[in-house]
Amino acid sequence: MKKIASYPDSLTEKHFHYCPGCTHGTVHRLIAEIMDELDIREETIGVAPVGCAVLAYEYFDCDMHEASHGRAPAVATGIKRVHPDKVVFTYQGDGDLASIGTAEIVHAANRGENITTVFINNAIYGMTGGQMAPTTLEGQKTTTSPYGRNLKEAGNPIKMTEMLSALDGPSYIARVSVHTPKHIRKAKKALKKAFQRQLDGRGFTLIEVLSTCPTNWGITPKDALNWLEEYMMPVYPLGDLKDIEEVE
Amino acid sequence: MAERVLMKGNEAIGEAAIRAGCRYFFGYPITPQNDIPAYMSRELPKHDGVFLQAESEVAASNMVYGAAGSGARVLTSSSSPGISLKAEGLSYIAGAELPCVVVNIMRCGPGLGGIQPSQGDYFQATKGMAHGDFHLIVYAPSTVQELVDLTYKAFDTADRYRNPVMVLGDGMLGQMMEPVEFMEPLDPADLPKKEWATDGAKGRDTNVINSLALAPEELEAMNKKLENKYKKVKANEVMHEEYRMEDAEIAVVAYGTSARISIKAIDMARERGIKVGLIRPITLYPFPEKEVAATCDQIKKYLTVEMSTGQMIEDVRLAVNGRRPVEFFGRLGVVFEAEEVLERLIAMGGEIQ
Repeated sequence: MKKIASYPDSLTEKHFHYCPGCTHGTVHRLIAEIMDELDIREETIGVAPVGCAVLAYEYFDCDMHEASHGRAPAVATGIKRVHPDKVVFTYQGDGDLASIGTAEIVHAANRGENITTVFINNAIYGMTGGQMAPTTLEGQKTTTSPYGRNLKEAGNPIKMTEMLSALDGPSYIARVSVHTPKHIRKAKKALKKAFQRQLDGRGFTLIEVLSTCPTNWGITPKDALNWLEEYMMPVYPLGDLKDIEEVE
Repeated sequence: MAERVLMKGNEAIGEAAIRAGCRYFFGYPITPQNDIPAYMSRELPKHDGVFLQAESEVAASNMVYGAAGSGARVLTSSSSPGISLKAEGLSYIAGAELPCVVVNIMRCGPGLGGIQPSQGDYFQATKGMAHGDFHLIVYAPSTVQELVDLTYKAFDTADRYRNPVMVLGDGMLGQMMEPVEFMEPLDPADLPKKEWATDGAKGRDTNVINSLALAPEELEAMNKKLENKYKKVKANEVMHEEYRMEDAEIAVVAYGTSARISIKAIDMARERGIKVGLIRPITLYPFPEKEVAATCDQIKKYLTVEMSTGQMIEDVRLAVNGRRPVEFFGRLGVVFEAEEVLERLIAMGGEIQ
């Protein structure tokens, strides 16, 4: 009998610490499935961020390196330059990548570092307790924007993926979501394409994943899925933003 | 006997690192250490190595963190304000127990300060580098030859203790030319494999490079482990040198460039019949505490000489522990002359008479 689903080999058996309704677990599983399918678990070095996914090294069953806040692309650069034949990925949240780590992500992308970045955008700081992120939406209430994000004071939601797509270094940049099974399938396809591009030596790849944070958004997991679609997707439209194979 | 070549201090550091098997350099431009990245960018590609000019000192130190975790011998260099930015990465590197070598060619601060030679980063190098309870092992060379020897040694020490090692020079040492003799180059392929490194978990359990310990007992254990390591470092790695100390009544304590100037002052003082010698710490961390303390029965007065407003003097005072007076002479911004130290020694000699 053909096996059609199983627990991925590239995940440890450790239970996720993520809150109910959080989509980190979904994305972890997708990455692990891709490592299994590409048979790269023993060739991969992952870089974990500071943020909710700080313990990612306990979940991915491959070599892992814990970075300081925002510096995962720099750490990954150091690893990849020593081991150019290995697969190196960073897993970063929006506070990590879009705020404190802007310089590192911009320059890693611009150098065309042959690494893959998985960028989780849930429009809020999760681990520290729901502060305003650079990706927080206009009017969105957080512990540090209690009256709603005021664009005059706090600026606009930052669109990192669009910004990075303007650079010449990246090979593939896309924005996906994981709020429905259909979107999860599309997200996996994009993530797998990114890892394959790295294996082909094509340079920097980044997949932004729109994600939920019911705990800090203060709504139920089900409402969070709807909120993502209704409020986040108009600001952060899905799709391939850069794909140099299509251009060529 | 290898051939002696005339070489600038900064470039000699680069050559010594390559001969020690270092093939990775990550850095950012800052005066007065720019000859190091220039040398590495020219020479590393000839050895199949990687030179990468990072977007910032912060990024450079985190690239070092990644490369060190991957098992490579890796170097970064900077000067004072840049070292402040590297501090974040160094705390993580020390916390995750990774080996690397960091060169600081000190200039005068604080803030932007200036580009004149200085020893104002003693506290930063030996005590307050960054957050948390950790230490760098700190070498303080005083000649270009010693820059070479200690840079080479730094890689071995870093690997042995899995700890960052700093080579602490100053703008004068980095920029001066002296004849040097190099060691035979080492092939990185001959170095022992680092079993803990992240290089893909092929046929083995996964490796994790990390300094996070959320459980209180685990966190304490991590810090205890580091504490025990530093005890071993203190027991085994102290280096110092003494000059004309046999019958000395006054001891100058100075390191690096200050020690060189002090030697000239000591020779001049000796000609005037003042019994003075030099204690030169070669490791600043671990500080030669016992070695200084052992001179207390003989020495009546100590003079700490630094290109700062007085930083190492605190360690000298701790070592002397109130048994003898410890005085200070220093200038910063301006490099002092031997005559200025001599003047102070004459005054101290007169007081002893």
